[in-house]
Amino acid sequence: MEKKGYLSEIKSNTGLNVNRCYQCGKCSAGCAVAEEMDYPPSRLMRMLQTNNKENYGKILASETIWLCVSCQNCLTRCPMEIDIPRLMDYLRERAIKEKTINKKSKNILSFHKAFLDSVKYTGRLYEIGLVADYKMRTFHVLQDMAIAPKMFAKGKLPIIPENVKDKKQLHTIFKSSH
Amino acid sequence: MNIGFYPGCSLKGTSSEYAQSTLALAKFFDIHFTEIRDWNCCGATAAHNLNHELSVALPARILALAEQQGLMEIVVPCAACYNRLSVTQYALNKDLVLKDRLSDTLQMPLSGNIRILNVMQFIEKYIAGRIEEKISKPFAHKVVCYYGCLLVRPYNILRFDRLEDPQSMDALMQKIGATALDWAYKTECCGAGFSVSRTDVVAKLSGKIVKDAEDREAEAIIVACPMCQSNLDMRRPHIDSYLHTKTHIPVMYITQAIGLAVGIKREELGLKKLFVAPAFVD
Repeated sequence: MEKKGYLSEIKSNTGLNVNRCYQCGKCSAGCAVAEEMDYPPSRLMRMLQTNNKENYGKILASETIWLCVSCQNCLTRCPMEIDIPRLMDYLRERAIKEKTINKKSKNILSFHKAFLDSVKYTGRLYEIGLVADYKMRTFHVLQDMAIAPKMFAKGKLPIIPENVKDKKQLHTIFKSSH
Repeated sequence: MNIGFYPGCSLKGTSSEYAQSTLALAKFFDIHFTEIRDWNCCGATAAHNLNHELSVALPARILALAEQQGLMEIVVPCAACYNRLSVTQYALNKDLVLKDRLSDTLQMPLSGNIRILNVMQFIEKYIAGRIEEKISKPFAHKVVCYYGCLLVRPYNILRFDRLEDPQSMDALMQKIGATALDWAYKTECCGAGFSVSRTDVVAKLSGKIVKDAEDREAEAIIVACPMCQSNLDMRRPHIDSYLHTKTHIPVMYITQAIGLAVGIKREELGLKKLFVAPAFVD
């Protein structure tokens, strides 16, 4: 970490100034998943403000960043209009790069990865493929076995994946987004 | 009138009744949609959670395709897709370096001028003025309108409706003879993309929504988002076990409710695809 620390990295990557937070707590009060989190959003903001590496490490390994469901309530109610959901996106990307994924949150990451894999191969989401991929990644083989036949019977699970024709362009998008 | 249509992945699969009822409603009012050719997934939650660049690049391709095909106005019924497309267009117009870079990657122009309409905006613009004269069977039911997160937030980008107490869906429901009740969960989160990976969180968040709707004796929850609909409807067994009670309230799309009021056939509205059947529809 540079002398200036991670705060300047956050600023240069997201444009966000964490120090503008004055701890009113509205984000945590309105957060849909604060109860489940190890650090509610206002606490996470305070930890970031310390510019202390140890605190940053705790955040990157936290369940909080994965539990954020991006409902945007915190941003909406923040008197300083700090884009916490954007910050959470950035922290997740950092956690992946630093390989500090919270153990309890691996299923969430597996689901997102399986989702993007599906989009990468066909250009559109293929739900059967997504769930199969997720099950392979998490070994939750029997999950939702009861709901699938009902969905199928109601015509909600197409067997054949939809495909984007311009695979070359799709490939370029994925390649240039790394 | 050349109105573009972006169904998105949910409307082709788990929420096909939303596509069916939206298209049936458009047809009933003589509105022709042109589906954007070769569209791709918007990237949804997964892309913006894991890869910021991808989360704007995927929607940018959709916007570029619409532009190339002369569709400068597009209807996007899925609230999540509507949100991702709107956020991307806003980002492109704010950051011209990003816009040039993506235009370069796609080898397509990106004007950043596409009008992106969610389902309520579409109805308000093209149908609302003609609904009352077409009503054959008023939708005389007590309902709660559930907007969720992605139709109204973030306001500075979407600028669609009131943040904490939106009214657009309530107004449309009143137009077709319904009573739209006041309730506390209009814009609370249903658990969104955690349906598979954290079903427990969805059961809890969606459970609170379903409970408030039932406590106020609503006959249906009206929605305009496939993710909200799936969580509140298909996850009902998990919701019921979280609430320790059996709940019965159906979760219908606004397009299904309006469709019923103007007399579109039930089959064309995909009502049988709802897991919790609306008992009042004969």
